[in-house]
Amino acid sequence: MQTITHTKQLERQAHRTARGLLSLTHPNKELFHQKRALLRSAVPAGFPSPADDYVEQRISLDEHLIQHRESTFFMRVAGDSMNGLGIFDGDLLVVDRALPASHGRVIIAVLDGEFTVKQLLHTPNGQVLRAAHPDYSDQHIKPEQDFSIWGVVSWNIHKI
Amino acid sequence: MRAIALVDCNNFYVSCERVFQPKLEGKPVVVLSNNDGCVVSRSQEVKEFGIKMAVPWFQVKDIAKRHGIIALSSNYTLYADFSNRVMRLLSQWSPNQEIYSIDESFLDLTGMAELTPYAQAIRNNIKQCLGIPVCVGIAPSKTLAKLANHVAKKQKQYHSVCDFNAMTVRMLDNLLSKVEVGEVWGVGRRSAKRLQQIGIDSVLELKYCATKRVRAEFGVVMERIVAELNGEACIGLDEITPPRQQIVCSRSFGVPVTMLTDLEQAVIAYTTRAAEKLRSQNSHVGGIQICIRTNPHKKKGAQYQPSILLPLFEPTDDTRLLCRAALSGLRQIYRSGYSYQKAGVMLTEIIATTARPRTLFEDIAAQQKSTSLMSTIDQINRLMGSGTMQLLGEGVKKNWAMRRGNMSQRYTTEWNELAIVR
Repeated sequence: MQTITHTKQLERQAHRTARGLLSLTHPNKELFHQKRALLRSAVPAGFPSPADDYVEQRISLDEHLIQHRESTFFMRVAGDSMNGLGIFDGDLLVVDRALPASHGRVIIAVLDGEFTVKQLLHTPNGQVLRAAHPDYSDQHIKPEQDFSIWGVVSWNIHKI
Repeated sequence: MRAIALVDCNNFYVSCERVFQPKLEGKPVVVLSNNDGCVVSRSQEVKEFGIKMAVPWFQVKDIAKRHGIIALSSNYTLYADFSNRVMRLLSQWSPNQEIYSIDESFLDLTGMAELTPYAQAIRNNIKQCLGIPVCVGIAPSKTLAKLANHVAKKQKQYHSVCDFNAMTVRMLDNLLSKVEVGEVWGVGRRSAKRLQQIGIDSVLELKYCATKRVRAEFGVVMERIVAELNGEACIGLDEITPPRQQIVCSRSFGVPVTMLTDLEQAVIAYTTRAAEKLRSQNSHVGGIQICIRTNPHKKKGAQYQPSILLPLFEPTDDTRLLCRAALSGLRQIYRSGYSYQKAGVMLTEIIATTARPRTLFEDIAAQQKSTSLMSTIDQINRLMGSGTMQLLGEGVKKNWAMRRGNMSQRYTTEWNELAIVR
């Protein structure tokens, strides 16, 4: 183990994620050495890199975009019906089935056996699917229609 | 009292397909095995037409046509991903879980109150998060939990959850008297017949039979089943599956194969898969068996189904060494003039890598090289898709490869096969 002398270092330690701390104190020798091997930089002269103690897990988009790992799926957008909300043809949607489909959320619905991405409105006259494009009118869901909510769109990934 | 739950996905493969193809909902759907040979999953609608599990597809093609049954090739990549998701969600509902198969898991719910609503909550969770319907059976032993699940699935009034623990003995016995003995977990078709010969037809009769007689005639395994039926938990939850003692990779070809070169490619491909499995469970292997066979259903053609077992000089997990052995075996058994339909590779004498015997003449440097090469290949294939790195001997064109006529997209594992929304 390294001795920690610098106060700044201590602060950094405290900010470390649980995982980061684990790698320094884990009793499992094998795991410990694996992590160490990653941390140790190869300096030919034998001096350790001054940055070694500051190495942390690089931030990952998965962590940012996926709240529920098991219930999250990706889907591809076709068409322009949601342009007004910034969802364009070819965009990549992150869809979480565990989120509640509340009023105003953009959802993936199944309407007559087909997938559609629209904004969901709960109105006194029932559910409405609203596009974000002037050319598309609201779809009022009739009771006899084959309709279900597949998931809630949590993110849209758009290539610039 | 112990409370063991068995959670089982309803017609799992069909259910996975329906998640991404919602228009299949309510329609008769089957999923076919490799090479579109047999029916391996049937939707409820298909079961009602009387099409049985595992029947060869060509035998029911006419009925299928008449009823407009939709047949899909198996998309195991998709099913494996869904299975992992189901199992991880289930793990949040119990401290002890045993994953029993691709679509079944035991959960220990001992000590929890209100089990029926709890099980309904599990069902709703899986349904909402994944769109997969499941049934739950609860009982004091695994064997009874299996039966409870069977009842939950078959009898509508239970709403897919059946808790034997919540029943009186009389209610339970009444239920068991209506289930055939062959439905009991661990009672094979042959034992079921023999049980019926001595007058044991229903599960209830097996439960209250004379234990001594059963032990004398059927052995200790049946005695244990009887104890389990009486609510005595004899089979524990295996939370960690023990490493397999045998690894088999055998598949039939898309088209009949006559050339040795095609067989060689297939055997290398299957050996590679088996070796990957071997390394993933940190084991070495001491022997390899190769078999090839012609199509037994083709009455006209000449039949030939040889096999050969090759002991290895020292235990290994190196794909190259295993393939070398496999090929030498194949060349010994291959005869020209036959039309082969299937090849298989079996690894036997599997031992943990750490426990393997060391020999006096072991080349340690070469072994270290082999270990790092194999783990690098495994890593690349895991990261960039299986088959990214393979032995050239496996071939590039693969004329013999499986036929999968109507396979759906790999919606969850390939970027260019995602579902499209409008």
